[in-house]
Amino acid sequence: MKYILKKASMMVLTLIAVSILVFLAFNLIPGDPATRILGTEATESQLQLLRQEMGLNDPIYVRYLRWIWNFIRGDLGESYSYGSVSALILDKIPITIWLAIMAFFLMFVISIPLGIFTARHEGGVIDKIVVVLDQVIMAIPPFFSGIIITLVFGLTLQLFVPGGFVSYKIDFWGFIGYLVFPAIAIALPKITMCVKLLRGSVIEEISKDYTRTAYSRGNTTRGVLYRHVLKNAMIPVITFMGMALADMVSGSIVIEQVFNIPGIGRMLLSSINNRDYPVVEAIIMGIAILVMVVNLIVDIIYRLVDPRIEAIND
Amino acid sequence: MKLSMIKKFKDKKINSFLLWGLILTGIMLLIVVIGIFWTPYDPTKMSASEKLQGISLRHILGTDNKGRDIFSRVMYGSRITLGIACGTMVIGAGLGTILGAITGYFGGFLDEVFMRIVDAMLAFPSILLALVIVSLFDSGNIVVMVALGIAFIPSFARIVRSEVLRCRTMDYVENARIQGASDFRIIFRHIMPNITGVLWSSVLIGFNNAVLAEAGLSYLGIGSQPPYDSLGNMLSSAQQFMVKNPICVLGPGFAIVWMVLGFSFLGEGLRKKA
Repeated sequence: MKYILKKASMMVLTLIAVSILVFLAFNLIPGDPATRILGTEATESQLQLLRQEMGLNDPIYVRYLRWIWNFIRGDLGESYSYGSVSALILDKIPITIWLAIMAFFLMFVISIPLGIFTARHEGGVIDKIVVVLDQVIMAIPPFFSGIIITLVFGLTLQLFVPGGFVSYKIDFWGFIGYLVFPAIAIALPKITMCVKLLRGSVIEEISKDYTRTAYSRGNTTRGVLYRHVLKNAMIPVITFMGMALADMVSGSIVIEQVFNIPGIGRMLLSSINNRDYPVVEAIIMGIAILVMVVNLIVDIIYRLVDPRIEAIND
Repeated sequence: MKLSMIKKFKDKKINSFLLWGLILTGIMLLIVVIGIFWTPYDPTKMSASEKLQGISLRHILGTDNKGRDIFSRVMYGSRITLGIACGTMVIGAGLGTILGAITGYFGGFLDEVFMRIVDAMLAFPSILLALVIVSLFDSGNIVVMVALGIAFIPSFARIVRSEVLRCRTMDYVENARIQGASDFRIIFRHIMPNITGVLWSSVLIGFNNAVLAEAGLSYLGIGSQPPYDSLGNMLSSAQQFMVKNPICVLGPGFAIVWMVLGFSFLGEGLRKKA
């Protein structure tokens, strides 16, 4: 408990650092938001009025504190072209979250059985094939596998209609169906890494003394594997999965572009292109918070799985 | 000649990962180097009469929608992708190593502040961080290189810092200090050589990530700008007509895979050998 509190306060410190970095980055760049909203035709007095209204004339730390206070209250500011940022993000966020969850689910159900299987049959034919295949798939960037999937499953086999995205508000199952292939594209590289990690980890644990002890006490292979080995072998995998979940959210930026999915990623890209900085700021802060919360959760799970860590750190 | 070389590798117990890594990377580097001096066609020359051709002897990887020879463009694009990845590693690994070594060695308040900044930066996946930096400036090869370089600094700083922390209390460092070596000399002449192994394997991994990140950024249209396209640009523009001529996406796509695969085999081979 003490440890969790310590970690959580560390996280808050890091979050403050992130928010300062993000705020400074977007407020020190040249360009005047007032001019951006009113256009270059506006008169100086109009600009002044808007700047006053937006509080742009205040010193920078006042602006930072106001921004962060609004952020905490859930008011993410106004987009230069679409109105409230909060409403915009709330509308898009389920799409990206579902995509990440589906990719994570795929990774979980495929890589864990495959990792255990290849470790148990180390050196066998299937193991050898999986190891080589693993390396090859790992080298394929997700957007390229996305393109290949579109080409093969979308355009040739016509299992889905590329660009035929339906909103979750209209047809939820159609929406999930459309996300299956993008989720595969995001999950593929993570699956390969996870299989490799788990396989190595299980093989390492199997060779340790406690495994032999467990065997000699009359346990079956199955019992040793699931009750003893896997508990230890899963520890590095849990860390990896936490990182992978965060990566999947950012990976969806590219994949949303490949499959024409109007999620957070596409919004981020179009906001970057339109220099709509309030939206960019909000999305980046959101992703940073997500990553840190996931890290914290991983830390906590870690302690639950492996009580030894507690003994070392406290 | 080639066979005897392979045999020699086997005698030296060079594993198959390393061998394949050397072969793949060697061929790729050879093609890129040749591409500096000669390409079958001008990669930017368009030809209305030779649009969207398939594989043929005239164009080994066919042509795109503007009649440009894809193989020549892949040669050129690989060079840009590789160049940006190299620059990224020089900036990221270079600055990351220096910062990590200094903060790890001296510790104290500066170290604490620096580590908080590193944590903050690590909260962003590297492609996102690069995206932010590119969005603050303009797109272009140099900006992408610097942006990715900065995005890679934290992870290298982290690795080097923890290694330096480990070495700092060792006897040989103490010994050098007693002999009157300056801090600077201890860091770069005594500690550095002892952590090169760790550093090299992270450089190889980082290099691959840089290739993938660059390709991703150019695919999103914020990397290098046409007509001097990197592999990622080629993929995104070819996506519109890939039904008519799949080789347009497969060519540059597999060039990326080839590149990454070569380096990851090399890394895996070196790791296994060590």
